[in-house]
Amino acid sequence: MKIIKTCLTAVISSMMIFSPMAYADKWSDQFPHIKATGDIPGDCSYEEMSKKNYKGKTLKINTHAIPVMGEPTALHAEQFEKLTGAKVEVTHTPAGDLYSKAMVPFQAGQAPYDIVFGFSNFINDWKRYLAPVPKKYMNSTEMKDVTKSHMGVSSWDGTMYQYPVDGDRHYLKYRKDVIDNPEMQKKYKAETGKDLKVPTTWKEYAEMAKFFNGWDWDGDGELEYGSAEVMKKDDLMFAAFFSRSVAYAKNPRTPGGFFFDLETMKPNINNPGFVEALTDWVEATKYVPPGGINFGLGDEIGSFGGGQTLFSFSWDDAFIAAMQDDSPIKNKVGTAPLPGANKVWNRVSNSWENQYNQAPYIVWGWAVGVAKKSKVKDMAFDYLCFFSNGANHQADLAIGRFGVNPFKNSDFDPNIYINSMGWDPEIANSYTQTLLDMEKSQNRVFPLRVPGVFEFTSAVATGTSKALAGQLSPQEALDEVAKEWEAIVSRVGKKAVRDAYAVGVKMEDNQL
Amino acid sequence: MNFKHKYFFLFPGLFVLIGILIFPIIFVVRLSLSGWNSYNPGLDFIGIENYIRLFTDDPRFWESFFRLSFLSVTTVILQYVIGFALAHMVWKDIKFKRFFRVLFLVPMMTTPVIMTVIWRTFFHESLGPVNDILSNFGLSPKWLTDPALAKFTVIIVEVWQWTPFMFLLLLAGLLSLPKEPFLAAAIDGASPVRKFIYVTFPLMAPISIGAIIIRLIEASKIMDTVYVLTSGGPGTATETSSFYIFIKGLREFQMGYAASMSFTYLIIMIISLTIIAKVLTKLLLKE
Repeated sequence: MKIIKTCLTAVISSMMIFSPMAYADKWSDQFPHIKATGDIPGDCSYEEMSKKNYKGKTLKINTHAIPVMGEPTALHAEQFEKLTGAKVEVTHTPAGDLYSKAMVPFQAGQAPYDIVFGFSNFINDWKRYLAPVPKKYMNSTEMKDVTKSHMGVSSWDGTMYQYPVDGDRHYLKYRKDVIDNPEMQKKYKAETGKDLKVPTTWKEYAEMAKFFNGWDWDGDGELEYGSAEVMKKDDLMFAAFFSRSVAYAKNPRTPGGFFFDLETMKPNINNPGFVEALTDWVEATKYVPPGGINFGLGDEIGSFGGGQTLFSFSWDDAFIAAMQDDSPIKNKVGTAPLPGANKVWNRVSNSWENQYNQAPYIVWGWAVGVAKKSKVKDMAFDYLCFFSNGANHQADLAIGRFGVNPFKNSDFDPNIYINSMGWDPEIANSYTQTLLDMEKSQNRVFPLRVPGVFEFTSAVATGTSKALAGQLSPQEALDEVAKEWEAIVSRVGKKAVRDAYAVGVKMEDNQL
Repeated sequence: MNFKHKYFFLFPGLFVLIGILIFPIIFVVRLSLSGWNSYNPGLDFIGIENYIRLFTDDPRFWESFFRLSFLSVTTVILQYVIGFALAHMVWKDIKFKRFFRVLFLVPMMTTPVIMTVIWRTFFHESLGPVNDILSNFGLSPKWLTDPALAKFTVIIVEVWQWTPFMFLLLLAGLLSLPKEPFLAAAIDGASPVRKFIYVTFPLMAPISIGAIIIRLIEASKIMDTVYVLTSGGPGTATETSSFYIFIKGLREFQMGYAASMSFTYLIIMIISLTIIAKVLTKLLLKE
């Protein structure tokens, strides 16, 4: 009897141990996208989704153009169709039109799309048209893995309106093979008298970028340059400017607003901290590749990812592109926090504080919601939950062009990148540590999420692009932006903007 | 026939006219008197507030309008001169006349957005073939990032894309000219230049005016080239009225304000094109 009991226990134990693997084999055979991990058990796994029956129902999705976010949307739609029998219609839209393509029917009281993709900073304008994420999904295994900061980015005052599918932040990317190269370090020291190391301030960043600008430092027969940055007007450039501004203008000792003074709603955008950042940025036009001031995000990814520049800073995509198997610089790049500054503006005392300051920018990123007027909300949420399930998410992370970046606590395990993506352990460790440090930082800046956010960011793009083009000085450009911001606040209503801004300030001041 | 039946037969045409022309214009006017935006959707009534803002507090609109005037007048003049030259060339009996006629029309048949993407690739300052070739001569112009040169680049693309349209209209005009004046000029021993100045050009005046006006109307709506090539940059160096209205309306979602700009722009265009047509008629049709 004892022998039978032991055998039975062994059989049951081995079934339990190997059952996920059995699913993995089964599902990864049908869906090669998840071949590295197989299905990962969870509330929205392949196994669970296969139990749903949405035959005869149609799900309509408006997403970004292929490949960034558009390609994973279409891929997971196809998988979802096979698993559930649903029909999924995917429409691809350029980034600049995602907002209006959803907003026009929303405002007209229609819901031509059940699911709309956009950016997380749309939340204030969109939230009244989106269905809050139901409790069932809030309690799912997948959702419990989402980091606190990305739960915050997807929510408004405690209610989640945007389903987390992506995590975004800006950080520094650099050519590790150059910065860590003893010969280059010697050469840099001999010519500048300074040490070549990962820059910790924007001034160091500029010095190194200038030094490595316009010569063939990697011996590939092509000229290389200092830095690739998003500088093209209306192509997310305002986010790049904020990344350069946080070091000078986000002072942990002056809570109560980075973009505005929450009490008075006076814009901070033209204070000396922001002006210093814009002055640095104008200087940066001298060490970007030719045509660099017309670089959009795609150009930046192509430039740094293709090995053209020493530095870059923005979303993960350029780094992931550089670390893909087909990249000429795979395992030759490193990550670090955004550079800081040796001084930071104190807007209360109206003076510079001469001490080191660094602040991560948890920039807005891809976000997605379900239309309140959708007639297939359950199916829509199931699709989103499936989109970001463990297996899909890990597979998506490995493909730079997908634009899916870490936003789950489990994403910060370096072994994911070492084992399934072939990253050098040192690089994987520094990457996950950089992201993790940003999660833990107490001096973060979150994206501006107020009514009419596009008017504010568009004014920044116009003003800063005038400075980059030499049409205005940095101070004049930002004075113009501040004047425009004041006009927008007055049009929208001070109270409405302040109430919305207060939610973001709470997050920045670590009160939420 | 019953008199009322006549009106019955007019209804389909009138219905279409009201639906696609009158109603949208009236709606734009109504929209321009509202504060419709992303946070306040709806046709509230704010009077002429948007117009006051436009005329007193938005120099960017007027800058973009003057930039547009410069770009559209320059491109249309160049298109006219080049189009006339090409049409004149294939009007004559030359070898492969039919081939050239089709060849000259090719740019117009391509999709503007796609062609602009290709031009942008050509003019890309670090990866494009144009600077790759010019670098052999020590040149690397900033086609898209120098404020003055970026305007020139927009002009090149526009001229390339739309000269064929001018060519087509002018060739049709040339082919319809009577032969007698040319015979008379030939008998009088007029040189080719005198023949062109005193016979061809005056006879082509009516069709030239029509072609220029049509192209001015089209050129004043320039949007896709700017959007794809420069996004209005660097800074605001290539921002035109339609692109600015697009930003305010569909990027910033200031629908009411964008409507007031659109309507103002429409009125200005109607007035200025009427004046231009009158001036051209006076200049070219002296007799």
